[in-house]
Amino acid sequence: MNRTTASASFSVSFTVGLYGIAFGAAGIAAGFSLLQTCLLSLLTFSGASQFAVVGVLGSGGTAISGIATASLLGIRNSLYGLRLSSILKLRGWKKVVGAQVTIDESTGVALGQSDLGEESMRHGFWLTGLGVYLFWNLFTLAGALGAQAMGNPAAWGLDAAVPAAFLGLVWPRLLGNFERALAASAMFLALALTPFVAAGLPIIATALLAVAFGWKARK
Amino acid sequence: MTEIWWAVIGTSVIAFLLKYIGHSVPEKYLTNPRALRINTLIPIALLSALVAVQSFTEKSVLVIDQRIVGLGVAVIALALKAPFPVVVLGSALASAATFNFLN
Repeated sequence: MNRTTASASFSVSFTVGLYGIAFGAAGIAAGFSLLQTCLLSLLTFSGASQFAVVGVLGSGGTAISGIATASLLGIRNSLYGLRLSSILKLRGWKKVVGAQVTIDESTGVALGQSDLGEESMRHGFWLTGLGVYLFWNLFTLAGALGAQAMGNPAAWGLDAAVPAAFLGLVWPRLLGNFERALAASAMFLALALTPFVAAGLPIIATALLAVAFGWKARK
Repeated sequence: MTEIWWAVIGTSVIAFLLKYIGHSVPEKYLTNPRALRINTLIPIALLSALVAVQSFTEKSVLVIDQRIVGLGVAVIALALKAPFPVVVLGSALASAATFNFLN
């Protein structure tokens, strides 16, 4: 195994894993128990989907709304698997484990090693996938324990930390005016619908905006 | 079973199935450029909506409170290319300071 791949994998695993603190705290602030918060990191293991489900349930949405929002955010993991399957060629239990750690970061590092050959891509995928899994779960537990000890989430700023985390997740995707226009429209639509429909639905409704924006070809 | 338990289990099962399906379907089945484009836009719409709802609503009522200060700090931190933990922590500190000042 080469050092470039190993060090890229480790630094990504650790820094991304640190965000687990924010998720652990967000879960507790949204009313999830320590066990429920940690199970989301162990089983769902997809940051944006996890934040979404605690965000929707925390603001009074139903389980269905939470699951739908989280699942729409998880579709991209299917595409990552599709992109990687010809390189990883997973079978049996390795396919189960590999699928579970197919996320933004493991895919990103794997594809980033393409100059070094398929062997390095596989190493990057496994090291990053398992590394993020380890750190993400450890830091989720730490964040959840910390938040439990705090009491009123607003007094500690946890109620603002969650939207800040969402903003941090969406920011790198706002590459041009087209994306920014979509983001602004989605914020406006969600707020406009909030007083009139059940919690959670205003968020799901904005997926239709994405379809409308994406329908017409651009560039 | 509570609503939260259903959400935890449902989200986890579907998240895994989505990941597993990706490794099981031949790549040629997903090359429609429109579907790919929409797929990159969906996270932008959902995450932006979550930012708005989590910042400006409280139990289905629109409100402006200490969180707007936190959001402002997050925007500034991101514009200055601060790393994610700095963004979240800065936002939390600003919001907490405002909350404790007002209450």
